[in-house]
Amino acid sequence: MDGEELTEQETALYDRQIRVWGADAQRRLSKAHVLVYGIKGTIAEFCKNIVLAGVGSLTLVDDRVANEEALSSNFLIPPDENVYRGKTLAELCCDSLIDFNPMVRVSVVKGDLSDFGIDFFNKFDVVVISCCSLAAKKLANDKCRKLSKRVSFYTVDCRDSCGEIFVDLKDYRYSKKKLEETNECQLQYPCFEDAVSVPWKALPRKTSKLYFAMRVIEKFEEAEGRSPGEVSVADLPGVLKLKEELCSAQSVNESHVPDSLLERLVTNTTEFPPVCAIIGGILGQEVIKAISGKGDPLKNFFFFDAMDGKGVMEDISEPNA
Amino acid sequence: MDLQLSVGAKVLMVGAGGIGCELLKTLALSGFQDIHIIDMDTIEVSNLNRQFLFRQSHVGQSKSKVARDAVLKFRPHVSIKSYHANVKDPEFNVEFFKQFNVVLNGLDNLDARRHVNRLCLAANVPLVESGTTGFLGQVTVHVKGRTECYECQPKPAPKTYPVCTITSTPSKFVHCIVWAKDLLFAKLFGDKNQENDLNIRSSDGASSSENVVDVFERREGEDIDDYGRRIFDHVFGYNIELALSNEETWKNRNKPKPIYSKDVLSDELAQQNGNVVQDSATDDGLSVSAMSSLGMKNPQDIWSLSENSRIFFESLRLFFMKRGKEIGNLSFDKDDQLAVEFVTAAANIRAASFGIPLHSLFEAKGIAGNIVHAVATTNAIIAGLIVIEAIKVLKNDIKSYRMTYCLEHPTRKMLLMPVEPFEPNESCYVCSETPLLLEINTHRSKLKDFVERIVKAKLGMNLPIIMQGSNLLFEAGDDLDEDMIANYEANLEKVLAELPSPVTSGTMLTVEDLLQEFTCNINIKHREEFDEEKEPDGMLLSGWTQPVSASEKEKEDKSINNGANSSDVTVEAVEDETGVVAVGVKKRRISETSEVAANAAADETNHKQYQVIDDEDDLVVLDGNSDAGNKRKRMQ
Repeated sequence: MDGEELTEQETALYDRQIRVWGADAQRRLSKAHVLVYGIKGTIAEFCKNIVLAGVGSLTLVDDRVANEEALSSNFLIPPDENVYRGKTLAELCCDSLIDFNPMVRVSVVKGDLSDFGIDFFNKFDVVVISCCSLAAKKLANDKCRKLSKRVSFYTVDCRDSCGEIFVDLKDYRYSKKKLEETNECQLQYPCFEDAVSVPWKALPRKTSKLYFAMRVIEKFEEAEGRSPGEVSVADLPGVLKLKEELCSAQSVNESHVPDSLLERLVTNTTEFPPVCAIIGGILGQEVIKAISGKGDPLKNFFFFDAMDGKGVMEDISEPNA
Repeated sequence: MDLQLSVGAKVLMVGAGGIGCELLKTLALSGFQDIHIIDMDTIEVSNLNRQFLFRQSHVGQSKSKVARDAVLKFRPHVSIKSYHANVKDPEFNVEFFKQFNVVLNGLDNLDARRHVNRLCLAANVPLVESGTTGFLGQVTVHVKGRTECYECQPKPAPKTYPVCTITSTPSKFVHCIVWAKDLLFAKLFGDKNQENDLNIRSSDGASSSENVVDVFERREGEDIDDYGRRIFDHVFGYNIELALSNEETWKNRNKPKPIYSKDVLSDELAQQNGNVVQDSATDDGLSVSAMSSLGMKNPQDIWSLSENSRIFFESLRLFFMKRGKEIGNLSFDKDDQLAVEFVTAAANIRAASFGIPLHSLFEAKGIAGNIVHAVATTNAIIAGLIVIEAIKVLKNDIKSYRMTYCLEHPTRKMLLMPVEPFEPNESCYVCSETPLLLEINTHRSKLKDFVERIVKAKLGMNLPIIMQGSNLLFEAGDDLDEDMIANYEANLEKVLAELPSPVTSGTMLTVEDLLQEFTCNINIKHREEFDEEKEPDGMLLSGWTQPVSASEKEKEDKSINNGANSSDVTVEAVEDETGVVAVGVKKRRISETSEVAANAAADETNHKQYQVIDDEDDLVVLDGNSDAGNKRKRMQ
């Protein structure tokens, strides 16, 4: 590697994890810059994980002011109105995260995702997006992709007891250790827009139902001009109608997207803390893999549903891409 | 199934470490209102990378108390009661356990897990058990009479190595570590009365070792550097020459190379080592370091043979000059820098002699200290899964209980793999109270041997009572009067057949642990002879599934294991003390059958077998450590 050694302090603090991923990976982590946009419970979990792991810096963006709902599954915000009044979610989480690991620079940037230019994204190695519209996600993903360097791009969404992670590592090379030998591997990722618009007919029958259900909800929110997560049980008829239309347009059977699953996703849009921990944990692990270049990364979706307890990885790419 | 939390549940968490911190946070966020948490440990620096409720300023404080305070900051209305105590303390008896609706384990050792399992069975409280190592983890549910208990499945035994591999024919670095730690370190700095195999060699052993006075003893007035060189030359030079003289051993092996101090130290270096380095101002024992007095900084560096030799001499010297009072009472501790330095250097010099690659202090410390790999993310995921199972258990939603495995590489697309729990093992001596059979020489074995080797070591009891019918033979505890203590002491020294109520072939002994409220009947069968090598205990316990011994196949000799807790960090991370079980995967349809033959991977515990049926939504059934004949039934 670059020959720089870990300090004594780093070796002592990170002892147990260096035993998992090696000193090399730890050095790369300490130079990585991570951007997070939109902070709810799952992202709070993720931030905790990578700050503990010892990334170089973490930049938080979320200008929303704190309210009761924002506190529900976020352990980074003290539930005391005197403390949180007038502060943004990013500021509050930053105050907490700074204490987690003095070796990580945690900071806040204000602004709207769609307004950040390419130069802004160029400062980061990892971008994680949550709580924002379909259009904003596509735009941010496009900007990251236009950069000559690779910016690992992730979106994450948790509703009821379900969670989804999307990963775009563009053109990704990594080393894979198999017994004694190390193999160089390469993966090509589709962009976000392509990954959410793959023809349903082209996907294997066993593809996770959550993939389809999340696309229906996403489309519904976009069509109705809602903020992410701004749906309720009152919207169920509309959501089911949209599902019918989508299924017929995609020429797939309606059983592709179970009504019961859609009902769960629109009825309870607040996060379920155990699922935040699980999705935030998997996401943390994936980001660490991408930074260190060690281990098979997720390609390109991960779904978890506490009802059946399965944590499934799905590769959803254009059939001829 | 719904995952709405039932109100008013009272939960006990055992462990406030890696899993514990994550679990306490997730429980509080999920709406649990009444949480009790036990942990005997205090916070260390190496915890801070994952036990996120702790800060540098908390180092040295009680884990359970600091964890409680940290969670109250973001959930002030949750009732959390913390205990800075050992879960095996008598205050945590069956009555104590009975007040809880569910017990959640985040432990790091087999012993405590077995203890909690028994208390949960006795108190009839469901247990959610967990473990992680690196990126692997698992969560299991144990409900008395419904699912298997924690001890229904044999647990991998601590990895052990045959004595002659350690003393004469090491082939891996771990063998050199075990030699340096359990033999050389123990010989030089530990209890002199302890049995030690340092001078035993494969075949010519007895003849020479008797007339050697004690070469390891520092002679009256002997200069410390002369002493160091004498020890060095004896163990790395003379002993290797002696071993080489036995040609038979080396027919199919690479011959080791004797190393003498004069070969590795130039005159200049020898001089330098002779100089007394400036004493540091603070002389608290654990801060003394050979690395710092030699100006070596990076624990990741692999030292040369000469560097290792300098560390060897310097650490030996420092032990005698700075920590002389402790000599004779030391036992290896991974947090004792000087001990780690000595063991690293000695293991590396031995490795050099045997042509085994040398390792850094960092790596050597991990192997010698049985350090378990740990990252925050796996613990967070496992804690989330524990809470989901706890919610199901509180709803008594038996059909939806799952054991879940967190995998590093996806298996059939899954990184988190749920599996239906198994039914209790009918031959489990813990939850099915099946009598055991003990073959023992009743004319030769003393009651003491039985207590140490069977009752404590095999059955995991702490406060046993031993009865033959209604006659008490032995009882442990603090509240005994002097007559009884004298009586039991006398019994311990008697052979079984000569006890006041003789124990002979056909006798049934009842062994009970009052704290665990666990009773076990043992049928005694007299047997005259035991194979010293295969049955070193001189007794053989059967009637339940024996723990699967780790993959090392050499069994020609009695064994040395690397430390008290079972864990081998160099290979097969899945077999360590965290309770993560190696899996062989086999898929069955739910409707098909309720019986699962444990036939997968009969030879290799780590070998995975997949039998993929292309069908939707059925569950994966998983065979744990394969042992043929032990059939596990799936819960219906």
